[in-house]
Amino acid sequence: MPAEPSAPAETLLDVRNLSVSFRSEKGVIRIIEDISFSVGAREILSIVGESGSGKSITSLAVMRLITDPNAIIEGSIIYKGRDLLKLDPREMRDLRGRDIAMIFQDPMTAMTPVYTIGWQIEEQIRAHQKLSRRAARARAVELLGEMGIPAPARAATRYPHQLSGGMRQRAMIAMALSCNPSLLIADEPTTALDVTVQAQILELIQRLRRDFGSSVILITHDMGVVGTISDRVMVMYAGTVVERGPKPMVLAQPSHPYTLGLLRSIPPMHGERPFRLPSIPGSPPAPTARPAGCPFQPRCDFRFEPCGNRPPLFRHGAQEVACFLAADHLPDWDHERAIRAPGAAA
Amino acid sequence: MLLPTLRRLAEMIFVMLGISIVVFLIFFATPGADPAARIAGRNATPEILAQVRHSFGLDRPLPVQYALVMERLFVTRDLTSFVNRGQRVIPAVIEATPVTLSLVLGAAVIWVIFAIIVGMVAAATRGGITDRTLMFLGLVGVSMPVFWVGSVMNLVTQSRFHNTWLFHWVPGLGYTPLLLHPWVWFKSLVIPWVTLAILYIGLYGRVLRANLVEAYQEDFIRTARAKGLSETRIMFRHALRTSLITFVSMFGLDFGALVGGGALLTEVVFGLPGVGRLTYEALQNLDLPFIMATVMYSSFFVVVANAIVDIAYAWLDPRVRDAR
Repeated sequence: MPAEPSAPAETLLDVRNLSVSFRSEKGVIRIIEDISFSVGAREILSIVGESGSGKSITSLAVMRLITDPNAIIEGSIIYKGRDLLKLDPREMRDLRGRDIAMIFQDPMTAMTPVYTIGWQIEEQIRAHQKLSRRAARARAVELLGEMGIPAPARAATRYPHQLSGGMRQRAMIAMALSCNPSLLIADEPTTALDVTVQAQILELIQRLRRDFGSSVILITHDMGVVGTISDRVMVMYAGTVVERGPKPMVLAQPSHPYTLGLLRSIPPMHGERPFRLPSIPGSPPAPTARPAGCPFQPRCDFRFEPCGNRPPLFRHGAQEVACFLAADHLPDWDHERAIRAPGAAA
Repeated sequence: MLLPTLRRLAEMIFVMLGISIVVFLIFFATPGADPAARIAGRNATPEILAQVRHSFGLDRPLPVQYALVMERLFVTRDLTSFVNRGQRVIPAVIEATPVTLSLVLGAAVIWVIFAIIVGMVAAATRGGITDRTLMFLGLVGVSMPVFWVGSVMNLVTQSRFHNTWLFHWVPGLGYTPLLLHPWVWFKSLVIPWVTLAILYIGLYGRVLRANLVEAYQEDFIRTARAKGLSETRIMFRHALRTSLITFVSMFGLDFGALVGGGALLTEVVFGLPGVGRLTYEALQNLDLPFIMATVMYSSFFVVVANAIVDIAYAWLDPRVRDAR
């Protein structure tokens, strides 16, 4: 897979040919198959995909948080000119939480239940900065306040279970931001929250970039979330990148059948409601049973002869697509549907 | 804070009342368990039996008998043994208490320290050879009966190897009060402590390892790593701290039961005149007043330990604190 030429001038993170596999009784199982991507400074990159597409594993690989002794991680992850995969554990630990921070889906289970919010933020600050306990606590309270938590000094003395889901996620973000990281990885940060709170959290992530100049990798399966805040979108399927490009282009002209399917499964905001939302038939293949050639081919309405081979990423302008339909130009779906998938055209 | 404490106290008294009634009924009112026959001896004539029954108040209605026993146990404290006439029950128990406390406290210190070390080392090396060895040894420790370990210990330290440099310091069996000769007190208790602790090191080490391994699956451990904390800090502050909840509640109950006479076998094997041995002798002679007293004493400690565990629980886990 060629390196991504569309990477912005100032590249913060450059992932090249990353593969993640696990040794098991059934042999080596490849979860992530040779993906490359980059994140520029002050950029929000969304990684989209169904469960099992490998998006979370990708983010854990960047943080070097895959602790399974049977994991094999290959490729390189260049962050600010250093290959994270070659750092010794101590250097990596210094980077984690200070330079690269991460927030997780469920802040209920992601925070240690027996310590107060303030204590946990303080712990991270003091792990990376020489600060007195009092100063660290003051900083924690300040951060909680910036995250829009009412009465932050009081909230700092609360335990995770005493806060609502939205407040917990804010506290989690406050903790992630406590050392002004250059890169924030948010793994489904809004999935466990209700819609109004979702919007507030997304607003917060956007403010992050504005106020702190951080880059963000946002992992989600929610196209609505992607539409709200990202600069660029990367769609993953079965451990591979199937489409990538600037958000407006990908959303306006989805060029991989999978992206198209994802976008068509969102109810329209305006106009007549469809009788039934279209869905992508079938389910993603298990990592042990991935088809040869294009991984999406068994579920694809448009498959044709070349799909038995693995498609490379075809590049058109800023948009890249791993589909043979896009070999020469971005596909015109009405045309393709008329000639290749007569059943789906109705 | 006052109201829950009072409620807890009331509960304790209620539980002990229940225990005292059940124990009383078992020994005084079960068909066939005629205390008068025990006191009068094997060949007593019916006249003597009736006389004994009258003089011990055993011909009165059961509730009155119960009230009398309880009065003599707690109020006048002059309940005497049925077997060794004139031996008062309460002073005997009070005299035995420090022996049992010395034994159990010392053993508890050893078993808590070693169990935490074993559990943490095993969890840190999980799947490896160290883990497997430790868990195997733990299983061996749990499987060996304490009276057998005690006898072997005695054989080794008192007889076979007593004259070697390794064990010549071990004093003879028996108990020396702490205030009389602190050093002898310590030396005479080391072997009993270790004996009693072996079982619990195995048990607690295995439980702690299981809890730690489970804790390491939790999301918050991943968060702690993402925060850039060191593995040592993650182990002590995050994994161990959340795993201690089970450990502490088990400890409270076991400690209460042991102080309450559960260390009976260890006390008997090492000739320590503690509450366990008192119970053992009372049971051998079916000495009802002593049985009543030791069981009440024992239930008191178990109930107190339960209350302390509840408090410790709330202290360890803020979620429990709020659930009240």
